Amino acid sequence: MTDTLLAVFYRDLVLSRRIGGGGSLAIIFFLGLVTIVPFAIGPDLNLLSRIGPAILWLGAFLATLLGLDRLFQADHEDGSLDQMLLSPAPLELVVLVKCLAHWCVTGLPLVILSPLFGLMLALDGPALGGVTVSLLVGTPALTFLGAIGAALTVTLRRGGLLLSILVVPLAVPVMIFSVSAASAAASGTVSFLTPFLILCALGLASFALAPIAAAAALRGAGE
Amino acid sequence: MSHTQSCHLLVADLWVVRGGRTVLRGVSLRLDGGQLGEVTGSNGVGKSTLLRVIAGFLPPASGCASWNESGAKDLAPLAERVHYVGHLDGLKSALTARENLQFGLTLSGQARLTPREALDRVELAHVVDLPVGYLSAGQRRRVALARLLVADRPLWLLDEPLTALDRAARVMLMGIVADHLGRGGLVLAATHEPLGLPGTLELRLEAQ
Repeated sequence: MTDTLLAVFYRDLVLSRRIGGGGSLAIIFFLGLVTIVPFAIGPDLNLLSRIGPAILWLGAFLATLLGLDRLFQADHEDGSLDQMLLSPAPLELVVLVKCLAHWCVTGLPLVILSPLFGLMLALDGPALGGVTVSLLVGTPALTFLGAIGAALTVTLRRGGLLLSILVVPLAVPVMIFSVSAASAAASGTVSFLTPFLILCALGLASFALAPIAAAAALRGAGE
Repeated sequence: MSHTQSCHLLVADLWVVRGGRTVLRGVSLRLDGGQLGEVTGSNGVGKSTLLRVIAGFLPPASGCASWNESGAKDLAPLAERVHYVGHLDGLKSALTARENLQFGLTLSGQARLTPREALDRVELAHVVDLPVGYLSAGQRRRVALARLLVADRPLWLLDEPLTALDRAARVMLMGIVADHLGRGGLVLAATHEPLGLPGTLELRLEAQ
């Protein structure tokens, strides 16, 4: 079974590298958003560094949403999903592995690049660290929550819109605690650990529960 | 490895409702090891639905499909004995034929032929390392059928297996099916054209 899951992981990485689009699209979108914000807000460095963590998080959230609709849809359209259902590996674990592969391609580059993009928003050292760490914990949670939406909309041709509507409410808690953790790291007046540990808990909960929900949605998709 | 002759597929009084419409009304079927079953009937009569229910992709409203008369309501153990080749070929266009088959093998377990040998068998040895996206419809179909050979599973569910195949490929497919039956395997095919093998069990679905 481990072989099967590793094969799914490896296949998804190879596919995203050969087809392209997903990962680099998210990064370019993220870069575009971060570049455009200082122009929209004006040359107020204090304001920029105050709202910088929130902007990075909004960018990361929207960039994550961008590629999610294809997470299961591609496999559903060409019949690969049927083959996965016939595998002895439980669908829940296959979903989990697909989410991890998706995050490695879209989420991880955002986390790695966020300190660089933070510099463009006049963030200082502690704030950069806070944002990066909160992204590292929070973006997998967004991917897992998004997988529920992706599974529910798998049969819809243009499921992206509905997916966003479904996922936004689920993502609100992650958003609140990740931005407050990042802001706490920046200001230094409030404890960083309190919101950060809640964010970790949200991440773990979505890691444990979202694959089950998404797998159930995928099983029902055939009907 | 050959499958035991004693295994059989039992479909008992299967009712299936899709989109509020009853598609299958009490379908029963028994298929023994080494036997080919052909599901025939006009378009929309539920041939594909029957195969998808047996594979476990769709839940039946009542009745069950079981393996070896185990009487288990749960289809999961049956699903792990099934190869399914449907209208969608389950191949990734960006992966080569070999990679697709290798993935199919890892997914199903129980290796039989290597991807290379399986592609030889379906006369596609020359496109082993070509991305499947460059292949014609008939060639893709043959790669999908080669998946039947890389992993060893006793029950083959084939939905319109002859689609897009040329005359030579049809003869080849019949040879592959006959081999599988000879090893004690089971084949259930939904088809408009009889495969023309002796001892075929025909299940004719009638429009409601």
